Amino acid sequence: MAALLGRSCRKLGFLSSGHGARRTVSTETGKSLNLYAAINQALHIALDSDPRSYVFGEDVGFGGVFRCTTGLAERFGKNRVFNTPLCEQGIVGFGIGLAAMGNRAIVEIQFADYIYPAFDQIVNEAAKFRYRSGNQFNCGGLTIRAPYGAVGHGGHYHSQSPEAFFCHVPGIKVVIPRSPREAKGLLLSCIRDPNPVVFFEPKWLYRQAVEEVPEHDYTIPLSEAEVIREGNDITLVGWGAQLTIMEQACLEAEKEGISCELIDLKTLLPWDKETVEASVKKTGRLLISHEAPITGGFGAEISATILERCFLKLEAPVSRVCGLDTPFPLVFEPFYMPTKNKILDAIKTTVNY
Amino acid sequence: MALRLRSSTSKSNFLNILRYNNLGFGTASHAARHLRTHDPTLLRVSQNPISRFCNTMAEKLSSVGENEDANAQVMDFPGGKVAFTPEIQFISESSKERVPCYRVLDDNGQLITNSHFVQVSEEVAVKMYSDMVTLQIMDNIFYEAQRQGRLSFYATTIGEEAINIASAAALSPQDVIFPQYREPGVLLWRGFTLQEFANQCFGNKSDNGKGRQMPVHYGSNKLNYFTVSATIATQLPNAVGAAYSLKMDKKDACAVTYFGDGGSSEGDFHAALNFAAVMEAPVLFICRNNGWAISTPTSDQFRSDGLVVKGRAYGIRSIRVDGNDALAMYSAVHTAREMAISEERPILIEALTYRVGHHSTSDDSTRYRSADEIEWWNKARNPLSRFRTWIESSGWWSDEEESDLRSRVKKEMLEALRVAEKTEKPNLENMFSDVYDVPPLNLREQERQVRQTIKSHPQDYPSDVPL
Repeated sequence: MAALLGRSCRKLGFLSSGHGARRTVSTETGKSLNLYAAINQALHIALDSDPRSYVFGEDVGFGGVFRCTTGLAERFGKNRVFNTPLCEQGIVGFGIGLAAMGNRAIVEIQFADYIYPAFDQIVNEAAKFRYRSGNQFNCGGLTIRAPYGAVGHGGHYHSQSPEAFFCHVPGIKVVIPRSPREAKGLLLSCIRDPNPVVFFEPKWLYRQAVEEVPEHDYTIPLSEAEVIREGNDITLVGWGAQLTIMEQACLEAEKEGISCELIDLKTLLPWDKETVEASVKKTGRLLISHEAPITGGFGAEISATILERCFLKLEAPVSRVCGLDTPFPLVFEPFYMPTKNKILDAIKTTVNY
Repeated sequence: MALRLRSSTSKSNFLNILRYNNLGFGTASHAARHLRTHDPTLLRVSQNPISRFCNTMAEKLSSVGENEDANAQVMDFPGGKVAFTPEIQFISESSKERVPCYRVLDDNGQLITNSHFVQVSEEVAVKMYSDMVTLQIMDNIFYEAQRQGRLSFYATTIGEEAINIASAAALSPQDVIFPQYREPGVLLWRGFTLQEFANQCFGNKSDNGKGRQMPVHYGSNKLNYFTVSATIATQLPNAVGAAYSLKMDKKDACAVTYFGDGGSSEGDFHAALNFAAVMEAPVLFICRNNGWAISTPTSDQFRSDGLVVKGRAYGIRSIRVDGNDALAMYSAVHTAREMAISEERPILIEALTYRVGHHSTSDDSTRYRSADEIEWWNKARNPLSRFRTWIESSGWWSDEEESDLRSRVKKEMLEALRVAEKTEKPNLENMFSDVYDVPPLNLREQERQVRQTIKSHPQDYPSDVPL
């Protein structure tokens, strides 16, 4: 698929320091990069720093349909960066074998919507490889990257958010970055993490998000959520592109006197319960938002856990503002999506409970 | 030059036009020079298939050649040149003859005259036969142990000992193995002890796998044998990735993966073979075509001439072998291995055999096949007796050695069983370790909770798992 990005109304200067935003300050100079350029940089660094690392998948040779793999084949050679046949189960299965021999296999699935043929390999092989062998073998060097999420006109098969399926699989990790700078650091962590990881990239942000990204080799820790905006009245938890929508809702809520704390989960499996718990114990209210359909979505896991841990501190039921329980529609996308106003309404309902 | 048309349909005009212009992909230099006309009005080759199409339609017929035999026409398409034919010809769904099967020893274990095979030394031949006997005895004893309730489950390799042992013998210890689940003989050949087999079957604390999986799910990194997983054919694409790694690391080794006739229907089979061919991976695909996938005979599994013909569909060199002929198996695998490594290519080996045992201890195969059929294969087509005949006629084996071996192995096996049964299970903490490299917080919390529950309700939990 070539260019999918469309609507001009979502130009974003990315998560600019709003009030209360905490962000680690980089001492190195950075360049303004978009998401695909930041990911590209991470891949260059990964391949450069480990000669036994490989990048492969459909169309990655010429740079990839989203340009994330630009320049890699030219720089590292076709033996390390190559196109595969059109077969997700083969791509991931092959990657597992490569990783099992101690290599870093950085696999690209062209769209998260197409990851399902590889689900057996991921669940029954990758996730259990170390455990079933008694730690004699592992495929920790495997990282699976896939673009996910709404894009304005993607419909059923170019918009899905399948993270919940994978969060149900002990043995793998699931990571979703919110921005270019985060993506580079998180991806490098995933690649170097000694466990198989599924890394979902918000395709909407490939070009739309631009941020200063340090040029050096850096990692951002996994399983550590980040409070990206401090507040006292309600905690909002999200990941990926949805955070930009949630932040807009937070800004508007603030105008009405509601102080919102916004948390980027980053790693969904294993997820940082402690950070969310501490925040909800402070605010007494929780709202979770994700694009994926609400039923069985990962928001349900967060809600149940927080209820267990914070029941007596809660002032209101946990709110979930999510995609609807339909296949991702085309014409009806604006109705399906968890929009800023849906979130804002839910914030107010929760605060006024 | 006027075009001489073969038919008057516009479609055929179009084809004729295409034929006479260099409209293949790629640079002009690789197009068929001899087909170019010298007409200066000929358009240059365009890379875009759509614009080529349009250009073609706009060309004058006069630019096209004549007096050429349609049958000699050759045309570039993406993927290379193809000759044309004006006849509607389908490739038949099957050859008139089935692909012949390579064998060296006849049913009675006599060497077939003029047969080609790789010479095997006395030492190797005797070890091969001894290991086949050991495997057979191990299978029988474990099977009985399950029937007696001492083991939860077992799956035998009866009838397929030659495939297991002879293939293993033809490989080097550095070749990495991706088994299905009916290849313990490969482990045995490499030095896995009877005690180690028993430990895994009992899931005790000496099990490499730490008691996590059902019996027969062996694995040994020391012996380069990846742990068995019950999912069918999932190991095939893994083996291709491993083979690619060996090639990139310039190792003198290949990956070898085993699967059954049933496994060849799985998507992972097709994925793996295609990848192996494209990636030029040094991997051996060894299919144990034993006629049955639980109760499903091969006639319900596929309609091709077995597995061997499928290799060509992927561009893979293939051979069909008598899987019950240890010498032929050895030769085929030995030869295939050399090809795979030196030529950096995959090889498909279809080993024809018969699954004499039931699918597993959860199966009674007399419900779907005749006891006579099973008996015939066990007696008349037994891989052990054929090979035994050959090594005896080579002067390398005797009845005395046979009975010595059998009684020794039986004794060792029963002892291994006894010890494994008595050995305690792995500690409870092994339930939570190795899910990840380091247990995450949620697992540490769950272990705490389970331990508390055990304190409250000890009777709910097996007493042989130490806490």
